[in-house]
Amino acid sequence: MLHNLAQLPRYRGLIQSLVARELKARYRGSVLGFFWSFINPLTLLLIYTFVFKYVMPAAIKGADPYPLFMFCGILPWTWFASSLTESSGVLISGGNLIKKVLFPAEILPIVTVTANMIHFFLALPILAVFLIVYKAPLTAGELLCFPLVVAVQYLFTLGCALILSALTVHFRDIKDILSNVLTLWFFATPIIYPYLGAPAIATRFLNWNPMAHIVISYQEILFFQGPFGHWKWLAALAVGSVLLFLGAYWIFDRLRDSFAEEV
Amino acid sequence: MAEDRGSIVGSPQPRLRAAIEVARVSKIYRRFSHRKQFATLKSALLSRSLIKNLRPDETFTALNDVSLTVPKGRTLGVIGRNGSGKSTLLKLVAGITKPSSGTVKVEGRISALIELGAGFHPEISGRENVFINGIMLGLTKREVAERFDEIVDFAEMKEFIEAPVKTYSSGMYMRLGFAVAIHVDPEVLLVDEVLAVGDEGFTHKCLDKFAEFKRRGKTILLVTHSLSMVERFCDEALWLDAGRIKGSGDPKRIVGAYITDVERREEHELAAGDARARDSADATIVSPDEPSSAVLPDNPVETATATGDMFRAAEGRWGSREIEITQVELHGPDGAQGHVFQSGDSLDVRIRMRAPLPIDDFVVGVGIFNAEGTCCYGTNTYIEDLTPDSIHGDTEAVFAIEALDLIEGTYKVDVAIHKIDGYPYDYHRLLYTFRVKSRAKDVGIYRPRHAWRFSGAMRFKKSQAEP
Repeated sequence: MLHNLAQLPRYRGLIQSLVARELKARYRGSVLGFFWSFINPLTLLLIYTFVFKYVMPAAIKGADPYPLFMFCGILPWTWFASSLTESSGVLISGGNLIKKVLFPAEILPIVTVTANMIHFFLALPILAVFLIVYKAPLTAGELLCFPLVVAVQYLFTLGCALILSALTVHFRDIKDILSNVLTLWFFATPIIYPYLGAPAIATRFLNWNPMAHIVISYQEILFFQGPFGHWKWLAALAVGSVLLFLGAYWIFDRLRDSFAEEV
Repeated sequence: MAEDRGSIVGSPQPRLRAAIEVARVSKIYRRFSHRKQFATLKSALLSRSLIKNLRPDETFTALNDVSLTVPKGRTLGVIGRNGSGKSTLLKLVAGITKPSSGTVKVEGRISALIELGAGFHPEISGRENVFINGIMLGLTKREVAERFDEIVDFAEMKEFIEAPVKTYSSGMYMRLGFAVAIHVDPEVLLVDEVLAVGDEGFTHKCLDKFAEFKRRGKTILLVTHSLSMVERFCDEALWLDAGRIKGSGDPKRIVGAYITDVERREEHELAAGDARARDSADATIVSPDEPSSAVLPDNPVETATATGDMFRAAEGRWGSREIEITQVELHGPDGAQGHVFQSGDSLDVRIRMRAPLPIDDFVVGVGIFNAEGTCCYGTNTYIEDLTPDSIHGDTEAVFAIEALDLIEGTYKVDVAIHKIDGYPYDYHRLLYTFRVKSRAKDVGIYRPRHAWRFSGAMRFKKSQAEP
């Protein structure tokens, strides 16, 4: 396993060009191209803004301006959720590569997660516009923590993606299960409502959700005033994510030989 | 001469440096039969068999204890029937799958022409795909850029290279894939049956490229069904059968042995098929009391031609059995019974009959049909002016064909004994099969004895393909 892991940096160039291909392929053949992938978060943004501002405004106390609050959470969530959805099928759709070309299979989920991260980056200018329009209280110190949160999320997402992609080869219905789990997970993450606004009994559950801490970290850095108080949670999550990644890689490595025969 | 060449198999210390070394390799595929396509996590959790489901139920041995060494610069051709493990061997050498036991060692960069254009993305242009494919096959971006023009030229794709790959025809797709793979400049080239990639011209270009590889001292492992390719291109041949090495060495010798084996197998298959046909014909005997025009032919030949397609014209057996055909055998020139003959061989159709009571009205007939159901020849004793006198007890008639002047193909035989007016005693319709083999791939129904004669300033080169 460690040997295979050490080989990965050699495939930097390949991962790079595959990510570029992924992005290009997605935006070819559609008029609005690149903007399509922001229609989804923007629609969500509109719907929830309407619901929470005019239908049940009490639920979002402490999250004003609401569009900015929600945007801080919805972008990383989109990265996370579409990474998992895509990576669950990536080994099967890339079966040709695994079966016919000498090709380390883990590159496929890595490319998926990375390509989705680039999407996330591409959406950041829009977020920046929101931040300026709403005059968000940013500080340089907090912004320095932003890349750290991204790194933790990358590692965490990659760990999940590796496990999912490997298991889906053997259990094809994981894709269907996953879409339900992700809906549940979305509401179990303080994206459309603020963490502090949730009742005490709910926050206890939320603490068990790694994505909650990642989203809260983004919100504290970009949205809420005051110091980045969530860093302890983030640090713990960073350690957890490294362990998750190693564990996931181990599972992936164990199942590797079955891929060429099962996809 | 064979001494200096270094032997591919069974030589513990090859004189030349080995490019490919496969030592006692077995590959066992696992089969997960009870869930196969319908693997779901839900069912696995419900039946509490998550762990069990990840374990195989049964195994299939694709390669069994195979060892071979290909010295640097040699070309090895691997032949064998479908499912003999050829492609598995290639995948193991390419490193795509791992052996279940044993070791595979390869020196130098490998390029595997296994699935051409695997990994082409349909939405992006040919240019971008060439780069990504090249990188996937182990080149750096710079190296691809250096070879880019050469690749495009080779694939004959200059005007289409900027178009998305999804607009390519399958031939263009394969050509581009081939061009990239071959320009990776490998030390070891693995080829799996990919030469059917384009028109004549392109195939020639590929063969030239192979020849160039050979000249430059690259090692080639070629898996193919084209035996003439093996004879022409390879320094040595390896014959795999059911995952084991059945023979190796001089290509001509191995190919010859392989062809003999294929013929022997066909022999078995034809014999088994005929036995099945006879069994089912016996089960559906038509009673002679209810005659119809179809079962009461005046002469076997006419009905048969009318029936047209052989695969629709059912085999069958009918008749009163007052005289019974007990056995029909086909005997080749050496007198041995068989089902596969060379064009021009002699052939005896031996028909054993039994007449429990003496009978004075009988005609013995034979018809030969090709796969389209066309009657190649049909005759009987009455047509040939043999007036029946009597038949009683066990007898044998031999229809001796001096030379089987038929083209290559599968033929079926009608054998019948009936009254002069057509009333059948025992009619065997298409129950016997034989195959004719021929070096020449001529066409038609029958091959007249012939020769070419030339005069004037007309010359032919000596044939190279014939051994």
